[in-house]
Amino acid sequence: MKFTESFPIETFDALVIGAGGAGMRASLQLTEDGHKTAMISKVFPTRSHTVAAQGGVNAALGNVTPDKWEWHMYDTIKGSDFLGDQDAIEFMCQEASEIVRELEHFGVPFSRLDNGKIYQRAFGGQSLHYGEEQAYRTCAAADRTGHAILHSLYQQNLRLGTTFYDEYYAVDLLKNQDGDINGVLVMNIHDGVYKILQSPHILLATGGAGQVFRNNTNATINTGDGLGMVLRAGYPLQDMEFWQFHPTGVSGKGMLISEAVRGEGGKLRNSLGEPFMEKYAPRVKDLASRDVVARAIAIEVNEGRGCGPNKDYVHLDISHIPNEIITERLPGIREISQTFLGIDPVEEPIHVYPTCHYMMGGIPTNIAGQVVSPDENGVQQPVKGLYAIGECACVSVHGANRLGGNSLLDIVVFGRKTALTIDEALKASPAQHDAVTLNLTPVVNRLNRWLKKDESNNDSITQIKKDLQLVMERGCGVFRDEPTMQKALEELKDIQKRLEHVCISDFGNVFNLDRLAAYELENLVAIGHSTVVSAHTRTESRGAHSRVDYTERDDENWLKHTLYFQENHRVTFKPVNLTPKHHDSIVPKPRVY
Amino acid sequence: MKFIISRYNPEIDQDPYDQTLELDDALLFPDSMLLDALHLLREQDPSLAYRSSCQEGVCGSDGMNVNGKNRLSCVTSLSELGQTVTLRPLPGLPIIKDLIIDMTLFYKQYKAVKPYLESLPLDLEKEHLQSPEERAKLDGSYECIMCGCCSTSCPSFWWNPDQFAGPAALLAAKRFVVDSRDIKHIDRLKELDSATTTFRCRHIQNCTDACPKGLVPSRAIQELKSIMVKDL
Repeated sequence: MKFTESFPIETFDALVIGAGGAGMRASLQLTEDGHKTAMISKVFPTRSHTVAAQGGVNAALGNVTPDKWEWHMYDTIKGSDFLGDQDAIEFMCQEASEIVRELEHFGVPFSRLDNGKIYQRAFGGQSLHYGEEQAYRTCAAADRTGHAILHSLYQQNLRLGTTFYDEYYAVDLLKNQDGDINGVLVMNIHDGVYKILQSPHILLATGGAGQVFRNNTNATINTGDGLGMVLRAGYPLQDMEFWQFHPTGVSGKGMLISEAVRGEGGKLRNSLGEPFMEKYAPRVKDLASRDVVARAIAIEVNEGRGCGPNKDYVHLDISHIPNEIITERLPGIREISQTFLGIDPVEEPIHVYPTCHYMMGGIPTNIAGQVVSPDENGVQQPVKGLYAIGECACVSVHGANRLGGNSLLDIVVFGRKTALTIDEALKASPAQHDAVTLNLTPVVNRLNRWLKKDESNNDSITQIKKDLQLVMERGCGVFRDEPTMQKALEELKDIQKRLEHVCISDFGNVFNLDRLAAYELENLVAIGHSTVVSAHTRTESRGAHSRVDYTERDDENWLKHTLYFQENHRVTFKPVNLTPKHHDSIVPKPRVY
Repeated sequence: MKFIISRYNPEIDQDPYDQTLELDDALLFPDSMLLDALHLLREQDPSLAYRSSCQEGVCGSDGMNVNGKNRLSCVTSLSELGQTVTLRPLPGLPIIKDLIIDMTLFYKQYKAVKPYLESLPLDLEKEHLQSPEERAKLDGSYECIMCGCCSTSCPSFWWNPDQFAGPAALLAAKRFVVDSRDIKHIDRLKELDSATTTFRCRHIQNCTDACPKGLVPSRAIQELKSIMVKDL
């Protein structure tokens, strides 16, 4: 069998790819606005990884102390180590209160204060009065906020009757005769049948790609499919050197232990029992920004003050927190500790170590959610027909380091905003489906490549993926330097070669997970390249990108975004936006907590 | 370790059959989960099909029948399963391939209870107020991950998956019936007041035994029934 350039076609006003919180907020809006919209997801929607977010969503509601969006904006810019675009951050923080109340109206079961308002907890990097006392800004549904939000958004989509394509995999973007993005080829995972979904507006909400690292908090589905599609279509990825290593993953395994644990009073201790964050962040201690805490833990372990027989983790101690607080606000954390460590955190400290958690970089977009790419004069231009939101996008509101509680905010703010952008475009110019010719040659070649059989090749998709994860962990982890990254680049070349020759062994059509893993691996390897090449290019330390050989932030040369193109692994740059519309610019200064 | 796994590929097999697969104990650790073992087995046979995603018991993908009980593979410790592990798909729904079932009917029942908040419209300047006590009424139902372990362990659901809502959907129904913000309380109760939708539950309590999140659907259904008696 060989694929030919002919597939069944369905047409839509808009397509949303990915059913996490971002995609689900967007599809809700588009469906409500009356557009014929399809939501495509490779898993049943409530399996999407938003479900695993724990701690909460930031908004200056001021339910606990008076609060202002301007303070939230300042914290986010500082947290981003000044790489975040200030106009985008301003927009997100301004929208935050309204969008969180809207979530409440959608049914999200937020925890409550005695006065009946939404409960807000302390989270890292959040302050009042531009860097003064700790803020209580993170709106929470116990420690299951992502689950609560994702399920509520799914439920509201059911109410409106959104069209779902569950367990469909988006293989590649399709361009029309003008070179504009105008469709996507999808595979029904149930029966292996491919079809074209054609639409002038395609919104990528495919989430993160943490599977590129060995130890991560991410689901196995987080393989950066949207990013791979964008690279193959010839567009860049932005700031791919910035990966957040969450300070508190379950040691050796990676499951997330929410920052909410420290927000509720949890303390990190080394093998000497010292609350070591006092050394690294004298003022806010355990509630410093995530990059700061992750580095502190790595240093404690590197200097021999790790806990356990191999001295390879630190303790997260909550034994001093009253039992009822744990039961009410951290029940999920207790469950994870008991299941994966056999530890009841009420009695024993949790074993934690930094683990890959979040991708700050991604598909470059403007505030309206349109994907942007430089033209031949280097001017950023919207890519017609293509939009991106959530973790797969880089708008950029997180810059070099994301603050806890800003990711759930990012997905709903830009999910709604981008749906409104598409709504406007459709009102101005209804979707045209006639006289469209889609170029299928590249994707058909790709499908056919995976039909190849070679008995002499003993390599496997799983083995290449494992090796890739190890290369990335060693070459581009919490700390980086020239020799380790140079080595990683060499190893990636080898991995790329193996990927070109490996064959799958299952050629069935029904739930062929071998083939699915092969498509996903192509995306992961592309992302690995983008990460190491970008990280190697940036000769400074900023936010989550810590170079042992360039330890300082260098605003003179590096206050700019990187743009990575797959062709020849080319890197170009674009300036950081430093001018909010309704606030003075926040001028970069040394970042201390 | 020995694994007896129910295999079925509709493109090849007439019926499901049991296949015995071995895993070298050296590959396993004292704290390995069943899902870790399944990943290793898939390395041996890439055609082995099961769903999984988050690997920490929150996404609800990997429900399966393990030594006769419905569980999530990612939060089931291998050490408690003995030397031979028998794996079958969740019972009572059509099998797509190996351990993967077609959950269409399960989702249809969920959707049928209108599992979404319907509240008084409020401008976006305000949130609905809800006391901590009112909010506490949602505990034990909103946490459901829709893995299907409960409904597919329920004999009433096996008999009438098209008519009986099943424990997962009824748990969702109860979550909205007791939400102080919801304005469709009576309408919801009226729709649920049916011999098949709700009262086909015979309190066998398999659902509660099966729930990997420690929720108690059987009690929620009882409460739902008593709210009906009180409020209708």
